[in-house]
Amino acid sequence: MTTRITVTVNGEEHTAEVEPRTLLVHFLRDQLGLTGTHWGCDTSNCGVCTVTLDGTPVKSCTVLAVMAHNHSVGTVEGLERDGKLDPVQQGFVECHGLQCGFCTPGMMLTARWLLDNNPDPSETEIREAISGQSCRCTGYENIVRSVQWAARQEVTR
Amino acid sequence: MQVPAHFEYERATSVDHAITLLARWGSEARVVAGGHSLIPMMKLRLARPEALIDINELAELVYIRLADGVLRVGAMTRHAELLANPVVGEHYPIFHDAERVIADPIVRNRGTVGGSLCQADPSEDLSAAFAAVDALAVVRGPGGERTVPIREFHIGPYETVVEPGELLTEIRVPVRPGGSSAYEKVERRVGDWAVAAAGAAVWLDGDTIADAGVGLTAVGADHFCSPAAEAVLRGAPATEETFAAAGRAAAESCRPSADQRGPVDYKRHLAGELTVRALRRAVARARGQEA
Ligand code: FES
Ligand code: FES
Repeated sequence: MTTRITVTVNGEEHTAEVEPRTLLVHFLRDQLGLTGTHWGCDTSNCGVCTVTLDGTPVKSCTVLAVMAHNHSVGTVEGLERDGKLDPVQQGFVECHGLQCGFCTPGMMLTARWLLDNNPDPSETEIREAISGQSCRCTGYENIVRSVQWAARQEVTR
Repeated sequence: MQVPAHFEYERATSVDHAITLLARWGSEARVVAGGHSLIPMMKLRLARPEALIDINELAELVYIRLADGVLRVGAMTRHAELLANPVVGEHYPIFHDAERVIADPIVRNRGTVGGSLCQADPSEDLSAAFAAVDALAVVRGPGGERTVPIREFHIGPYETVVEPGELLTEIRVPVRPGGSSAYEKVERRVGDWAVAAAGAAVWLDGDTIADAGVGLTAVGADHFCSPAAEAVLRGAPATEETFAAAGRAAAESCRPSADQRGPVDYKRHLAGELTVRALRRAVARARGQEA
């Protein structure tokens, strides 16, 4: 048995048939083809599956797609606007904020949310914000620098 | 790939609707709130409900209100909302202490206060915090509403007094003057379940402890509390000696089990030491000496 859901993803409305047990991460990746959202531990630990639900970051491996019905979801594909990278994305470019890139979409979405709510975060606040997300490559230093870079851009803008 | 087994899905649109759906599905249904305990258990087939009643749309259960000396927290309040709420921080800093060490910020955006209490995991932090402050749970069913003292709410690991067909809707905490509270936890790494944790609430009358509550997490304490430690504290001077005696009573009163988080002796030691630290901090806060 499937059920019909309508979800706004990155501003665009999608209607689809899903099984109730379909996880939001698989709906995004497999049904909508938005593979920018990664999928790792499957146990709400690693945070690579982080997307925003009504603007707030959540781990999409632990949210059912049916729960997103009539709600809006944001993924990494929606960060870029009119061909221009979000300052957070640009920060990751400038400061070498990624190596393999597996954690990066989730990190950038959380960073975007942080800066939207706290435009001038301290280093501790940045580390706290991304503390539910694992990076096995960078040691986090350059991720923190990337977010700081974006914050500086936006504060001086 | 871990995906739950097949289930029927119902989206509740009001508390009354949720109660109707629960009645229709009976004991085979489970309520899902944030889903951060239930969905992982369903992936592992540790839980296999026939139907899920989703209460995420119940905005009527999302609130934190202080009126007539009672703090009321709606069951669908997310952890992040409890942590961000200044009224909670002012009257019961124990909840902010506990929330800061529950999982991580992204999980806290989704997990709920009511879901945590109903999951009844022996290592769940809010259960001990609510036990320390002697909260009251409000449960609604087809016959109406009933209240249950939080110290009678949990009847064992993963078991509560909420019957099939019932829904936890609210937690009430009395706010009394002259008191404060704190929560202390030791975890293996940030965001992990507690090795052990302790919560303390104290009410002072000058330098005397007029009343106190002690909550314990992950150490096999009945109903997440230590009446033995509370008995030591009531009427005693608010001194290090009293805290130490209460710590000893707390350690003796619990029954930790050995697991990958540590042996019995270590957990018992933590139960005592963390009780002391929580008391010390709660008293300092009640005296206005610490934030
Ligand atoms: S895949 Fe969702 S938290 Fe790891
Ligand atoms: S860049 Fe490889 S996991 Fe973070």
